[in-house]
Amino acid sequence: MKEENELNLANGFNCPLPITNYDTVQLAHGSGGKLMGELIDKIFISTFNNKILNKMEDQATLNVGENKIVFTTDSFVVDPIFFNGGNIGELAVNGTVNDICMNGAKPLWLSAGFIIEEGFPIADLNRIVLSMRQAADNAGVQIVTGDTKVVNKNSCDKIFINTAGIGILEKDLNVSSSNLKPGDSIIISGTIADHGMAIMTSRKGLSFENTIESDCASLNDLINLITNTTSNINAMRDPTRGGAAATLNEFAAQSKVGIKIYADKIPVKTNVNGACEILGIDPLYVANEGKVIISLPGEEAKDLLSAMRKHPLGANAEIIGEVVEEHPGVVVKKTILGVEHIIDLPLGEQLPRIC
Amino acid sequence: MKYLDEFRDAKLAKYFVERINKISTKKCVIMEVCGGQTHSIIQNGIDQVLPENIEMVHGPGCPVCVTPLETLDRAIKIAKKENVIFASFGDMLRVPGSDSDLLKAKSEGADVRIVYSALEALKIARENPDKEIVFLAIGFETTAPGNALAILQAEKEGLANFSEIVSHVLVPPAMETILSSEDNRVQAFLAAGHVCTVMGYWEYEPIAEKYKVPIVPTGFEPVDILNGIFLAVKQIEEGKAFVENQYTRSVKREGNIAAQNLLKEIFVVADQKWRGIGMIPMSGMNISQKYEKYDAAKKFDVTDIITKEPEKCQSGLVLRGNLKPNECAAFGKECTPENPLGATMVSSEGACAAYFKFKRFNVR
Repeated sequence: MKEENELNLANGFNCPLPITNYDTVQLAHGSGGKLMGELIDKIFISTFNNKILNKMEDQATLNVGENKIVFTTDSFVVDPIFFNGGNIGELAVNGTVNDICMNGAKPLWLSAGFIIEEGFPIADLNRIVLSMRQAADNAGVQIVTGDTKVVNKNSCDKIFINTAGIGILEKDLNVSSSNLKPGDSIIISGTIADHGMAIMTSRKGLSFENTIESDCASLNDLINLITNTTSNINAMRDPTRGGAAATLNEFAAQSKVGIKIYADKIPVKTNVNGACEILGIDPLYVANEGKVIISLPGEEAKDLLSAMRKHPLGANAEIIGEVVEEHPGVVVKKTILGVEHIIDLPLGEQLPRIC
Repeated sequence: MKYLDEFRDAKLAKYFVERINKISTKKCVIMEVCGGQTHSIIQNGIDQVLPENIEMVHGPGCPVCVTPLETLDRAIKIAKKENVIFASFGDMLRVPGSDSDLLKAKSEGADVRIVYSALEALKIARENPDKEIVFLAIGFETTAPGNALAILQAEKEGLANFSEIVSHVLVPPAMETILSSEDNRVQAFLAAGHVCTVMGYWEYEPIAEKYKVPIVPTGFEPVDILNGIFLAVKQIEEGKAFVENQYTRSVKREGNIAAQNLLKEIFVVADQKWRGIGMIPMSGMNISQKYEKYDAAKKFDVTDIITKEPEKCQSGLVLRGNLKPNECAAFGKECTPENPLGATMVSSEGACAAYFKFKRFNVR
């Protein structure tokens, strides 16, 4: 049984709530689910505490003179570092580019920090850095500053990369995860769970006949197309860790609306679905690295959908649900029998089940 | 996907709902034995489209949920030992032992690894000859052959650094325990499709006859389950009670003989504790004397760890079908997936976790 919240009193009046039920950090605290939300809320937000951070967007929007500058950072620790459809370097560039453009901003400059384990092959480092250059070129951004640290063997796992990025918001948009409105439609730009299952199936010990490829891609061109098609986007977010389920739950919670999605509309590739079935994992909870979920007024959804489908990264886009007034803060899925059930935030890492 | 999409077809599912509605007049209580079926019923909302007079109760068929506390305590003790790599199925990691769980042990430095089968653990043993590899071999008749195969293979290869801590459970004795208990309400069973794939369904024929209950080996997709319910209801309405196979694409009467022989070679049927239920005579499988050296409980001398269940958790009543998860006073309050009192709240196949995940409100 869990001990009672021992940390409660030790931390003074700043934190009337128990800090957390755990006295050490667990892996689940980092996997985009409920426990991570708790950690962010109770430790980071409550301490750093400022208006910009407290919005809890994937990027900070800063007023600098007349300009709106967008700023974000992300760290990458993926294992394996090379996987079907990409590698850690490509991911580090695309991930930060995507976080910047999710409010409609144009990404411009990136930083890259490397933490490298002693003994790491230079050839691998070269391969990673080359693909970062390529990804940056594709996204139209430059890597303009950086940092390198080498640590003792076993002090990190091969290589960790942090990127931060700056962009500029030129369009007159009001995109925010607290902006969803009843009557909105929810669009996803393509098939879900590709990245997470590519990683899981290329980990040691699992060999699948089918090769699942990560969807790792920078989305700024697609987002540009979206924001050129309509200026009425209410929310956009890339469903990375925790998958589409986590993003939809964040939307519902931050906008205080209900979200209803339809089981038969969610695009999943056959081989990805197969791997999910074998491992007992729900694709809704699996990470994506090249997808965006959009909420916009229902009457504009069809036009945007057909525009998105003309873009290679939006070819499999679908309207997967709607925003409703009922059950604020809760996401439900309509099953094939027409019954609704809750799509909760994931608790932590999805654990493959026994049978 | 073949064999999947057809059995998730909305039209076909609704067809069976209609047929069930048409023929059902009597009140009937049907137990789905397997946790995978429970999950599918709740996930698809099958219980909500059935007529009022049909009640689904959730059975003891989640191997994670019924693994006794002492097996976990033994596992955690072994996992914490120097020089041990402890391998386990993913969903065992969060199940609470007496005062820790395997995930916690891992964060405290134990080398705990998730594997997808016993053979994968054996591979780790092959690659790490200077380490002791211990596999937490739990499961019903479905998983047991794989666990047996790993021991047989270890014997063939002479891998002395591999052992298993076993907690195997068998379905038929559990069904008989439920049927013969004084407060039994179950009138028909959906038997576990994958258990029957291994064991066949001949074992269930005497049970159906003795207790006069329809038993329908059933698959896991919504159309499978609705079809299984239809067959069970039909028997009840017609006053019949026999074994009727719904899961024909996977289950044969005799089952998988090779797998059954493997079980006989490695294991012996023995009394087994079920978490939340208690001791059921001859309802488990231990490693036989011939293969004793692969028994981790003996190898690491943890057989003296005997643990009692905490009283607050009512998972026993849930596992016997006498309490719905949401009827438990602790449900969703003291007991949540983050802070589970018992295993039924942890495993994705546990009835309490399924209720918590999919129907915290909207419970009929």
